[in-house]
Formats: sequence, structure tokens, C-alpha cells
Amino acid sequence: MTDLQWLIGGEAGYGIVTTGVMMSKIFTRLGLSVFDYVEYPSLIRGGHNAYYVRGSDNPIFSQRKGIDILVALNKDTINKHKDEVSENGAIIYDPSVTKVEPQEFSPSILRVEVPLLEITKKVGADHLMINTVAIGASLALFYSDFGVLQKILTDVFGKKGEKVIQENLNASKAGFDYVKTHSAPPFKKQVNALKQQNLLISAAEAVALGAIRAGLQFAAIYPMTPINGVMTTIVQNASTYGIVVKEPEDEIAGINMAIGASFAGARSLVATSGGGFSLMVESLGLAAQTEVPLVVVEGMRPGPATGMPTWTEQGDVRFVLHAAQGDFPRIVIAPGDAEEAFGFTMTAFNLAETYQLPVILLVDKYLMESHATVPFENLSSRADSFRIERGKLLRDEDVAVQTDYKRYALVEDGISPRSIPGQKGGIGLAGSDEHDEHGLYSEDAHMRVSMMDKRFKKLDSAIPHIPPPDLYGDEKAPVTIVSFGSTKMPIFEAMSSLAREGIAIRFLKVSYLNPFPTEAVASTMKDSQKTLVIENNKTGQFEGLIREYTGFSVSDHLRKYDGRPFYPEEIVDHVKTLLKK
Amino acid sequence: MTELKDLEITYDKPNWCPGCGDFGVWISLKNAIVSLNLNPWEVVLVSGIGCSSKLPYWVKTYGFNGLHGRPMPVAEGIKLANQGLTVIVIGGDGDQYGEGANHLIHAARRNIDLTVMVHNNQIYGLTTGQFSPTTDIGEKNKANPNPIIEVPLNPIALALSAGATFVARGFAGDNKQETQLITEGVKHKGFAIIDTMQPCVTFNHKNTFSWFYERVYKLEEEGHDPLNRIKAFERAEEWPLRKVLEQNQKERIPTGIFYKEDRSTWEDATLQIQKAPLVKQSMENRDITPLLRELM
Ligand SMILES: Cc1ncc(C[n+]2csc(CCOP(=O)(O)OP(=O)(O)O)c2C)c(N)n1
Ligand code: SF4
Ligand SMILES: [Mg+2]
Repeated sequence: MTDLQWLIGGEAGYGIVTTGVMMSKIFTRLGLSVFDYVEYPSLIRGGHNAYYVRGSDNPIFSQRKGIDILVALNKDTINKHKDEVSENGAIIYDPSVTKVEPQEFSPSILRVEVPLLEITKKVGADHLMINTVAIGASLALFYSDFGVLQKILTDVFGKKGEKVIQENLNASKAGFDYVKTHSAPPFKKQVNALKQQNLLISAAEAVALGAIRAGLQFAAIYPMTPINGVMTTIVQNASTYGIVVKEPEDEIAGINMAIGASFAGARSLVATSGGGFSLMVESLGLAAQTEVPLVVVEGMRPGPATGMPTWTEQGDVRFVLHAAQGDFPRIVIAPGDAEEAFGFTMTAFNLAETYQLPVILLVDKYLMESHATVPFENLSSRADSFRIERGKLLRDEDVAVQTDYKRYALVEDGISPRSIPGQKGGIGLAGSDEHDEHGLYSEDAHMRVSMMDKRFKKLDSAIPHIPPPDLYGDEKAPVTIVSFGSTKMPIFEAMSSLAREGIAIRFLKVSYLNPFPTEAVASTMKDSQKTLVIENNKTGQFEGLIREYTGFSVSDHLRKYDGRPFYPEEIVDHVKTLLKK
Repeated sequence: MTELKDLEITYDKPNWCPGCGDFGVWISLKNAIVSLNLNPWEVVLVSGIGCSSKLPYWVKTYGFNGLHGRPMPVAEGIKLANQGLTVIVIGGDGDQYGEGANHLIHAARRNIDLTVMVHNNQIYGLTTGQFSPTTDIGEKNKANPNPIIEVPLNPIALALSAGATFVARGFAGDNKQETQLITEGVKHKGFAIIDTMQPCVTFNHKNTFSWFYERVYKLEEEGHDPLNRIKAFERAEEWPLRKVLEQNQKERIPTGIFYKEDRSTWEDATLQIQKAPLVKQSMENRDITPLLRELM
């Protein structure tokens, strides 16, 4: 079994991220299952960047502890990561830049000294290309054929022209050849290529592609980590698919533009993090009150205020569930991995338009910026089977015959037929004030109650169509983990390593935080022996939800709020301790 | 042909205080829609919150009554989704020059084809008379017992410097001129703002109809050339004042068109909608296979 974790570390500004994704791509092309995870500070130059890439011939779901190949572009990387290097691992560094003392690593660890700087000079490349040399050197350690990297570089830099491709090929080939000719004892962890047809995708890309497939027509996005990837992918494909993407003056403008575009009939999206979402809050209520469909992507990172902008947390659960004054229906979905992000984004657009309300996709930095392999077939079949549903959006000819059209007609299922401006016969006013069926402001007590009830009926109408939470693993397992969102990835990883040790556990993964799947969660809780809630925040926001909706208290919880995601090892240890209790 | 009666709402009527300047603006807007012969279902009135922002309730066109200070971005979204619509923004001085000033600046710079009508009563009407960004320096009233120490914002100069391509001032006491300004503003392809002096008879006891009658003059009667940007700034500087006048002094308030410019609009420059408005484009059956392949 191959399970290789590679890490490149160095100063920000040295293309660490590009190199990391390149390594993920190598593993992907070799047919491995891949997961990568990046840590970087909130600055552009200086500071430490670390990119972990893990590849395995077995399915994997997250990063893990331990580094098999450490590429250290500076001494700082050695200092920070030396204790993570596994037995029989290897370190790659340039001895002219980084001094490594004999006692710093155990003798089983292979030291691969590569004159990265000198090689860049020799091939006539810029000194910033040491990472390209390093990637060639890394490949040489675990694989025999340079061809895979040659093909990737040609594909990736294809648009930039022959010269750029050649420069990159020269640099990485020189690194590859250097290791092939100089590394004396062979590296023990070799990779065998498999025939898998995977693609490599981050949840940010998955959200963007899902939105594009779902018919996105308008997006107004003010940049903020961790949703910048969504914006980039949409912008790059905007002209192909006829999407208008604007960078507004602030998030308040962004969400109001999206509301305006949606009111006029265009499928619209905004994406932000907690800080930008804070600015959007009043307008979220506006979308609900005017019953304008809207999809909002909220990428969590540690708060409050600026917090730790480039790190991860699941601390906005309560915030998105309750944001804005008053009571109004909203749907909140937390995808657990890139594939789910793709699917749920498409679903979100249909739900928003069918039920004429805001749908929030709750994601986080860990999910958005990590890449994982997904079988090509999985995404393409989801894309193929997707159908756009626009609910009760009226066609021109239906509106034209109306004599007394009421935008907010009080109908049984709460979903009033919707006209859009430009349609003759559909004239009406969308009001932020409480209103009557025509949209005219109203402070009448009966009307108020009718309209509130009508809006909430839409949620009741949605509930039968919302799938129950996913339940994985053995029914008789002594422990049931309950969690939501990105923790799915390390939990899956923990489950597979526990399974290897013969320990079966069960995992209830909640995707819809609102409407909350009360019955399904309650019934699983009831027939579980021990329950363990895992979440990436301090106060147990999700655990509180379970108690609130089901009345059940859980046996135990595992929480983390240091800006880092869970590691499967932490979950494994915790489960084992719980089993002993 | 669109007639006034096509714009009448039968189930409600304006509830502004009797004598409020908002009535004049309301009538002028309807007159302008009629004189432009716009189909009511192709007009969208987008407002914020305030006495003035209630106006869309009482005109039978499409309407969107949003949040305080935020009608501008809603209108921008509507226009980008369907540039075939005539989109008119309605707000008070608090709405547009206070809470929503940032949006005003950026919409002006983009030169999106909107007409913005600011009902400038130099007061917060709906919240019962607190001072606004355009309240005259030195003013005091029940809500503000101490004289105001801030210099008022100059909406005309602000709009000019932000890049608006049609900048005008109207007066709710002159419906003929106001109708003309709205008509011109809507006809203008680009960002048009009409700062309309709109006396609040209930809370602003200084800037009354008669106070304005004694001070307003028409730019076109004094040979102002609206294509001259520098002259436009000079005229903008005439009012509001940055200091309290002596008893025997009297300011002059220019009205009419300060500035006009031809510049490509935001929606014209947005490639994706050059062939057809977004809402007329199909979003069905998009093939994303090439994008998925790129990730392999
Ligand atoms: C976010 C927010 N803050 C404050 C208010 C309260 N509010 C309502 S209208 C208004 C000011 C109205 O003044 P203006 O915009 O000049 O309109 P007018 O009533 O004078 O026509 C304020 C402060 C609000 N509705 N929303
Ligand atoms: S308070 Fe002033 S602005 Fe509001 S309706 Fe009355 S007169 Fe008009
Ligand atoms: Mg006012």
C-alpha cells in the first residue's frame, strides 16, 4: 500500500501554492487518491507557507499526521516541521541555503541535498524557480518516469506559450536528473501508477462549477478569503457561459445587486466570509421579506473581527442560522467535501427559486482551499442529471392574462406565483415593509400574521423534498459520531483507519442545518450507544442545535478552535478513549 | 400611449403630510413617464426607506422598496439583469447622501444607466426631524437643540467628482421644470442624478417653499453651458454654503442641468449582455465537461 505525504515549506511569495497544486496533480495523474491542505499567513511576502499533499492507492479523505517527503526551501521549514517527518522519510533541501545538523533527523531519514539555486542558474531560470526544480527532485524520489510531469507542465503552462513551458521543463528535469544520479540509497516509498480517471478539485472550484451548471447568471463578489477561488473560477468562465460578474464597492452593495438581479429574473449568487456576511445581514432579511431567490456562500474562518483570516473554523453556525432581525425562513446547507459542494450548490439554486427564499451554503477555509480527487464520472453524471427548476416563475403569456395580479398571493403552499419586471400584467411591488398580497405596506394585525405564516409555509413545503442526513458505518457500532460540514473529511479518514484496526463506528453527517432534520437525528441518537459530536468551534454550536431540536444530550464532544482542521489521528484517539470509558 | 390614469393605484393613495414637497415630485415623475410614453410594466421604481421612499407604492409600475440607503445597488442589479427596463432610484437625502453615499459614488463612476431622484428636504422626515447630511450649517430644531456644526454635503459637487454624466437640481415647487429634468434624466444614457429640493413642511421650518422661491434661479436663464465641466463645478459651489450668512445676506440657489456628458455606460461595456439582456439568455443545458476535463 502506498500512502505518501509530501510537504513543501518556504517563505510566502515563492510559489508554494502553485507547487503544491502541481504535486497534487502529479499524484492525480498517477491515478492515486489525493488530498491536499495548505497553511499560510495573511500576508503576501515573508512568513511561512506550508503545502501538504497526500497521495495513496487506497481512497483517502483528508490530510494526516507525518511527512514522508519534506521539501524545505529554508531553515525555518526544517525548524517547524522536523518532528513531523516519519521514519524512512526523506528531506530535500539546498545545502547552500539550509544547514541541517546530523542530530536533527533520525538516521532512517534520507537526506537529499539538491543544489536548487545552482541548478536554476545553470538552466538559466529565475531564482524563484527553485520550487520547480524541487518538484522534479521530489518526483525522482518516488517515481521512475519524468513523463508525467512533462505532460502536466505542458498542459498547465500551455496558454503561456512555448518559452514558459520550456523553462519549467528544463528546471524540473534538471532537478529530476540530479536526484536520479546523486541519491545513493533508494527511497523506500515508491509509487505505482494506477488507472484511475480522477479529477482534482477544491470546494471553491466545485461551488463555482456547480453554480455555472445550475444556470448562474449574475454574481457580485467582494474579495475575501476563503471564497476568492469561487470568484476566480466564475470570472474565468463568465464569457463562455454568459455570466455577469461584478466586484461591488462592498458586501452590502454585492448582496443588494444580487437581490436586484434576481428580482429581475437572473439566477444570482454572492459569496463571502463571516466579516462580509456581517455586512450583508440586513439585506439577507430583505431577500427573505421580498421573497427574492438568492444563494449566499459563507466561507467560515476564525473570528471574531479579522480573527485568523487564512485559517479555518466552523464558528458561524449560529450566526448564519439567526442572522438578521425578525423571523424568516432560510435554508442552510453545509457540504462535507468538494463533491458535495458541487451537488449542493446546484441544489441550492433550485431551492432558492422554488421556495423564493435565501439559501446559504455554509463552507469553510479548510474545505474551500483543499483539493481532493473525485472520479470524473461522479461529477459529470451529477452535472448531466441536474435539471433547472424555477418553481412558480410565471411565463410572459401567463402574466399577460392576469387582471388583478398579486405578487404575494396567500396560497396554500405559501409559494406565490412570481412575475418579473417587463412582464405586462405582472406589475407589483416588492416591499421590505410588511405588506399585503399586492405588496402594499400593511400594518394590519391579521395581514401580518397571514404573511408571516405564508413565508414559513414555504419551508414546510420544502421539508418533504429535503433528503435526510447521511448515515455511514455499522449500525451496531458502540460509538456514533455526529457532525456536519468539512469535518466529514477527517472523520471519514478516521473511520477507515479505525476499521483497519477492527473498530467499527457509525457517522451521522448532517447537511441541512435548516430546516433541521429533527426526526432523523433524534432516531439515530435514540438507537446509538455512545454519541460523539465533533465540530471546529469553541462553544459547541452544532451540539447545541442537536439538543435544541431533539432534546437529546450527547455523550461526548471533540472541539477544536486553534485555526487548524481536525486530524484523523485526533479523532481516532478520542474515539478509543471514549470506548474505554 | 401611456396616460396618467394608467399609472394610478386604485387601492391606496399617498399619505405624505398635506403640503409636503413629495407630492410635487410624485406628480412630476408620473408626468415624465407619460411624456416619455414608457410602458408602465417596463419601468421599475426602486427606493430605500424614508417618507420619500414610499413613492413607488403610489405609481403603478414595477417597484422595489428596499432598505434604508440601499436602493442603488438593487437598481444596478436590475439594470444589469435586464437593461431594457427603465430603472429609477428614489431616495431621501438621508438615504442617498448618508446611509447610501458610498453606493451613490460608485454607481456614478460606473455610469450605469439609472436615473436617481433624491428628495432633498435637508432633514430626516420619517424619523421625525433629525438633521441630515444636507441640513444647513447653524440650523437647530426640536430634535437638534444645538446648532449644527458640520458643513453640509454638496450633492452636485459630489456627483460631478464621482463621475456622474447627468447632474441636475430640481425644486418641488416647480413641477414643470422637475418634469423636464426627470424626462431629460431618463432620456440620458448614463448615470443621471436629480437633487430635488423638497420642502418638509412638518420638520424643516427654515428651507420652506417660500424660502426657496426667494432664492432659486434657473441655470439655463443665465447662459450656463452644461457641457462645461469646470463651470459646472463653479455653479455647484454656489450652494449649499459652508458658513452661516449674515442677517442681510441671501444665497442664490442654482437649479436646472449643471452637467451633461456622453460616456459609455456600464451595461454597454459589459460584454456578456451586448447581444441580449441576461434574463433573455438561456441558462439551460450548459455543458461543463470541458471545465471538468481541465481538472484532470
Ligand atoms: C439601517 C437603518 N437605519 C436607520 C433607519 C431609520 N430611518 C428610517 S428613514 C430614516 C431617514 C429618512 O431620511 P431621508 O432618507 O432623508 O428620507 P425622508 O424621510 O426625509 O424623505 C432613518 C434614519 C432604518 N430604517 N434603517
Ligand atoms: S414629514 Fe416632512 S417629508 Fe415626511 S411627509 Fe411630512 S412633510 Fe413630507
Ligand atoms: Mg430627508
